[in-house]
Amino acid sequence: MTLLDYAAWFASGCFGLAMLFATWRVIRGPAAQDRVLGLDTLYVNGMLMLLALGIRSGSGFYFEIALLIALFGFVGSVALAKFLLRGEVIEP
Amino acid sequence: MSGVELPMWAAVPAALLLIASGLLTAIGSLGLLRLPSFQARMHGPSMGATLGCGCMLFASMFVSSAIAGRPVLHEFLITVFVVMTAPATAMLLMRASIYRARNKAGSAGGEVVQR
Repeated sequence: MTLLDYAAWFASGCFGLAMLFATWRVIRGPAAQDRVLGLDTLYVNGMLMLLALGIRSGSGFYFEIALLIALFGFVGSVALAKFLLRGEVIEP
Repeated sequence: MSGVELPMWAAVPAALLLIASGLLTAIGSLGLLRLPSFQARMHGPSMGATLGCGCMLFASMFVSSAIAGRPVLHEFLITVFVVMTAPATAMLLMRASIYRARNKAGSAGGEVVQR
């Protein structure tokens, strides 16, 4: 275990805690927009968790997964917000 | 990091950035959990999405550059993408929240909401 390993484990623990907080907001959120915000936070935290995993293992494969998670998280959050705003996602 | 020893110039800043990123993201998500109203809750996760993400990507850049032995900058893609998309999501969610609050107040007060 080097210094970087300890730091990466600490960061992973922090991201796991943050994901738990976001999940609690998704489950309990009083309004629908709270749930969408919690889901968005969950995506960002999951992406950071994957990057920490990539640093820990030293391989470059996790970068693509993190990029894809960022992409699909944005698309999902925008679709849900648009649904809350208009009642439909793709307007004719 | 199995077996590969990184030089000090990469390991120490990367470790500090990792710790900063974890703390900032956890504090931001704690804000999402604890703040009282939705408008206040919007502010918490943006800390993780900007500063936490930036610190983590710089740490990743340091580590992968030290492993590859040349400057590796493709983590900037994620930075650019997150910086571009976070305001769009925040703005749409805020508009949805305002719209829903106004709609609810209108239906409770019995007046027609123009939209």
